[in-house]
Amino acid sequence: MDKLLAWVDARLPLTATYKAHLSEYFAPKNFNFWYYFGSLALLVLVIQILSGIFLTMHYKPDAELAFSSVEYIMRDVPWGWLIRYIHSTGASAFFLVVYLHMYRGLIYGSYRGPRELIWIFGVLIYLVLMGEAFFGYLLPWGQMSYWGAQVIVNLFSSVPFIGEDLSVWIRGDFVVSDATLNRFFAFHVIAFPLVLLGLVAVHLVALHEVGSNNPDGVEIKKNKDPVTHIPVDGIPFHPYYTVKDILGVVVFLIVFSAIVFFAPEMGGYFLEANNFIPADPLKTPPHIAPVWYFTPYYAVLRAIPPMFGSQFPGVAAMGVAVLIFFALPWLDKSPVKSIRYRGPKFKIALALFIVAFIGLGWLGIQPVTPLYTWMARILTAVYFGFFFLMPWYTKNDTHKPEPQRVTDK
Amino acid sequence: MKKMSFAKGLLQALLLLPLAAMASEAEVHLDRAPVNFQDHESLQRGAAVFVNYCLSCHSASAMRYSRMTDIGLTEPQIKDNLLYATDKPGNTMTIAMNKKEAKGWFGATPPDLSVITRSRGADWVYTYLRSFYRDDSRPTGWNNTVFDKVGMPHVLHELQGQMVPVYKTETDHEGKTHQVIERLELAQPGKMTLAEYDGLVADLVNYMSWMGEPAKGKREHVGIAVLLFLGIFFVVAFYLKKEFWKDVH
Repeated sequence: MDKLLAWVDARLPLTATYKAHLSEYFAPKNFNFWYYFGSLALLVLVIQILSGIFLTMHYKPDAELAFSSVEYIMRDVPWGWLIRYIHSTGASAFFLVVYLHMYRGLIYGSYRGPRELIWIFGVLIYLVLMGEAFFGYLLPWGQMSYWGAQVIVNLFSSVPFIGEDLSVWIRGDFVVSDATLNRFFAFHVIAFPLVLLGLVAVHLVALHEVGSNNPDGVEIKKNKDPVTHIPVDGIPFHPYYTVKDILGVVVFLIVFSAIVFFAPEMGGYFLEANNFIPADPLKTPPHIAPVWYFTPYYAVLRAIPPMFGSQFPGVAAMGVAVLIFFALPWLDKSPVKSIRYRGPKFKIALALFIVAFIGLGWLGIQPVTPLYTWMARILTAVYFGFFFLMPWYTKNDTHKPEPQRVTDK
Repeated sequence: MKKMSFAKGLLQALLLLPLAAMASEAEVHLDRAPVNFQDHESLQRGAAVFVNYCLSCHSASAMRYSRMTDIGLTEPQIKDNLLYATDKPGNTMTIAMNKKEAKGWFGATPPDLSVITRSRGADWVYTYLRSFYRDDSRPTGWNNTVFDKVGMPHVLHELQGQMVPVYKTETDHEGKTHQVIERLELAQPGKMTLAEYDGLVADLVNYMSWMGEPAKGKREHVGIAVLLFLGIFFVVAFYLKKEFWKDVH
């Protein structure tokens, strides 16, 4: 066995890679609850790829057959219902886990130097994930699939000058049709997953280069053992965090299975009732709302009134609301990273931002009323205020001094 | 240029649509459908009603006859009681009616009912099938309090009898008065009492709900086993973590 390993190691850095990323990757010993969601995101990615492979074996990307092929999977394919529910629940689980992972980054300043690139790759992953979810949602070819895609692709038609051609180019037709379904299938099952996997790999390589942040926001590499050169507050990822993450995985799977087996529709939030009606290009459903994970941005879109007869300002605001995350490392001027040592201004700003994000998410599901539109406008202002005012409120905040070492186990 | 304004118009319409929908969709009270998949006799009675009354105009193209073995029927029973001579138990519940012609007759193609309880909800279907009333202004002579101006005639009227509306006068916030339907009243009895008819519709909706997701029973059954396994796994994982972490200070 040792000989074989030596033979491989002479040709491929197997042991070296194992050491660098697992057994001798030293992570801070004070990770808390919020640090489960990175490994869980990876788990959900694997779940989605595996269940997706099996769905692809039975699904038909054809406007005539798509809807009934999903029902075929639900009824005639052995365990097909399980695979389908795992995949549909996995989509929502992915966003839930990624949102919590991003929140962790926000509260402990994980986006700050020297981890700017990790953050940027993370935001790219989030963008690709949004595309992946959007393309995948068309595939069951129900009414919500169809009209959701219709609305989102039409957003592109509001781009000045090139909008019309752009939207036709995306759809491959003048309306969402079989051509659209075919290309969205291609994007969903191969193009975007490939990009996603590449980005996840780069996200992890960048993370392991600089090392993980921690709830205290202090750099454990500044305090190394003089003999071993191992960070004093670091512990090897394997076995410590592998066994800890297994615990997180089990708890996650309990929640995940409870949904898959007992509430796969999740009250209409994971699988919408209207999506059990086959797509009908001639019949617009009375109430079109995106799936829950897009609703904050949908609320931003609806909050901005049309200007000069164009919807473009709303579309642009929605785009900026997502892309602004890229700028976060440079907007934050605080001398400390973690919320534990930050002053009240940042804490209030973050609390307002969370209220705005969840509030917009709720408003995005509701029908438009004048009151809701004004609420959405106020919350949109709060949302952007969190980012655009960050250089000022972080610079002028009172903060506590960071400790030399991590404070808890 | 014309196409451009169409797309933009559509986009604006879609963004504003929910408002219009709110205004037009009045709240209808729905009765609770007594759905119980354990009650195989009810499901079997419902299946018979479904095949006899619904399956001439509506299909259930995702549903195989043979799947009814899950609700306690044998293949010979399915073949003798629920199938036309030319059909096989492995066939799906398709119909011969031409979709285009049907649209001409009813104003809309009768929808496939495979997953109708998943889009409409069992309560809606249960209330809808008990809410037909005589309305001579409609081409079919029937209207429905749950689905106004519905294209479907009251297929089960021989059983339920004929209901007529009882109106009351309501004043809206602008001070105008409207005649609104307060309740339905039996004008001409059918073959069944109203209570018997409710029971028949309950069986039918029970069957249709089961048909919407035949794997549901198995799903919940497997789910319990999976959660029990994960519960045990949690204990193991918890102590494993505790054991490894006792030397981290």
